[in-house]
Amino acid sequence: MRVKYEKSKGLTDTPLTYCPGCTHGIIHKLVAESLVELDILDKAIAIASVGCSVFSYQFFNCDAQQAPHGRACAEATGIKRVLPDNIVFTYQGDGDLASIGIAETIHAANRGENITVIFVNNAIYGMTGGQMAPTSLIGQKTTTSQDGRDQAHHGNPIKISEMFATIDGVAYLERVSVHDPKHYIKAKKAIKKAFRYQKEKRGFTMVELISTCPVNWGVKPVDAMKWVASDMIPVFPLGVFKDKGATNE
Amino acid sequence: MAKILMKGNEAIALAAIKGGIDAFYGYPITPQNEIPEYLSKHMLDLGRVFLQSESEVSAINMVYGAAGAGKRVMTSSSSPGIALKQEGISYIAAAELPCVIVSVMRGGPGLGSIQPSQGDYYQATRGGGNGDYQLIVYAPESIQETIDIMKDSFNIADYYRNPVLVLVDGLIGQMMESVDFDKPVKERELPEKDWATNGTINHPGRRNVANSLHLDPYGLEQHNIHLQKKYNLIKENETAFELVNMKDAEYVIVAYGTMARICRSAIEMLNEKGIKVGMIRPITLWPFPEAAFDEISEKAKGILCCELSMGQMIDDVLIANNGRHKVGFFGRSGGVLPDPEEIVDAIVNFKDKVVK
Repeated sequence: MRVKYEKSKGLTDTPLTYCPGCTHGIIHKLVAESLVELDILDKAIAIASVGCSVFSYQFFNCDAQQAPHGRACAEATGIKRVLPDNIVFTYQGDGDLASIGIAETIHAANRGENITVIFVNNAIYGMTGGQMAPTSLIGQKTTTSQDGRDQAHHGNPIKISEMFATIDGVAYLERVSVHDPKHYIKAKKAIKKAFRYQKEKRGFTMVELISTCPVNWGVKPVDAMKWVASDMIPVFPLGVFKDKGATNE
Repeated sequence: MAKILMKGNEAIALAAIKGGIDAFYGYPITPQNEIPEYLSKHMLDLGRVFLQSESEVSAINMVYGAAGAGKRVMTSSSSPGIALKQEGISYIAAAELPCVIVSVMRGGPGLGSIQPSQGDYYQATRGGGNGDYQLIVYAPESIQETIDIMKDSFNIADYYRNPVLVLVDGLIGQMMESVDFDKPVKERELPEKDWATNGTINHPGRRNVANSLHLDPYGLEQHNIHLQKKYNLIKENETAFELVNMKDAEYVIVAYGTMARICRSAIEMLNEKGIKVGMIRPITLWPFPEAAFDEISEKAKGILCCELSMGQMIDDVLIANNGRHKVGFFGRSGGVLPDPEEIVDAIVNFKDKVVK
């Protein structure tokens, strides 16, 4: 009997804690597969952030550190500078990265820290119960913007990939989505490329993944996938924002 | 090496190098800037890591990362900067990672002043971070003593897997003294860092995780009980103090750091006046040297706690004294340093008015 599909060795046997229809599970799998395929899992150190992915230190089958809210890129910097031959990556949501941790993330990028940031943007605070995020869309109803996000009151959704494209230290930056198989395959390529660049010591790499939160969006899982395509991607257009180019393709 | 004349902050930096520092992460703040300035040059020359972070918050989290990776790592700052580091310090203590933090105190609260102060006793010993944790806090009174402690600090941190805080004030940071870097450091048998997050390639078959999250309340309580056991061991093994002129002392000063130096001169002046005054000088502020208070003569008439603050260590003095003797307080704050004569007057005043 031939095994056609099995769980990645980059994941532990700990059951995932994510809700049905949440794309964290898919993204974990893509990260895990990339680490295994590039043969860097045993050198990898994952930085778990605060939010729904706080338990990712239990899921990635490598060494890990759990960072204070927003501080993942500082912690990753601290490790990478003393262990330059290891692979260090952060796994952060939009509240963690784009709100409380934006300073740490910008400066890690600006220094060209040779780390990889997996940025999961689902436009809401999931773990704390559906509060407004810096990336929430205009009109999006959350528990702290109950009449919908109002541009005049709350400001606009912050566009991280567009901002970070202006930073010289960034070697590779792409925004992808996992809402259907076509985009899923592109997302895998992007994540793997980011880790390969780190392996080749090219500098700061980040992949922004448009993600879902059906529970806090108040929609069914299938409708959440549709909402990514119909509402989120027009605000957060997909594509490569920066690629300093590979020489060892 | 013969004795050399050196500024306090630079001596702290060199002592850290002699103590085996692998990496330094920090952010500028007066009056400690000579520490990162010195290290920015010498660490790179030695092939070690120096990085100026974008904030104190970031610096302490870089420390968290490198400490978790098993390296000897340090940061330094001053009062408002240490306030910003408290979140990370709590996480590091919770995750039981070793590191060294140097705080060169200035006047507070708020942005305060840049002059010497001891207004951060609470910050150092009670913690500004959340939860039941302790730092091992040293409060040296001279540059030489600071060097000796700094050289040992990484060993102590590694031995207990706990952050060590070296607490000095701007006077010790900024003055120059003749110092010797060759004094031997206490031998300690250090455990292997088999917990370091340096990749499973270095420890096949086992994932290492640095973490402070324990959602199960019973699990977290067990972790806290484990931490308390360690803290009790530190109390037993590492509590340090000096007794000055305590035999037959009628009055006992309790002072640390720069204030203890000023009190030494005052004690000589008081003894010349025929007033027998001794001093308990805590070298560790946590653990606080409670046992030193058993050395106070039953005939002693009172204890005067002297601080460069409005009165913070006095809480621990009252606990250690446990009602045995009358306790008074003398303090200057905001960066004001008293003359020894003011301490003499304070003792005379205490003697005449408070102790009958």
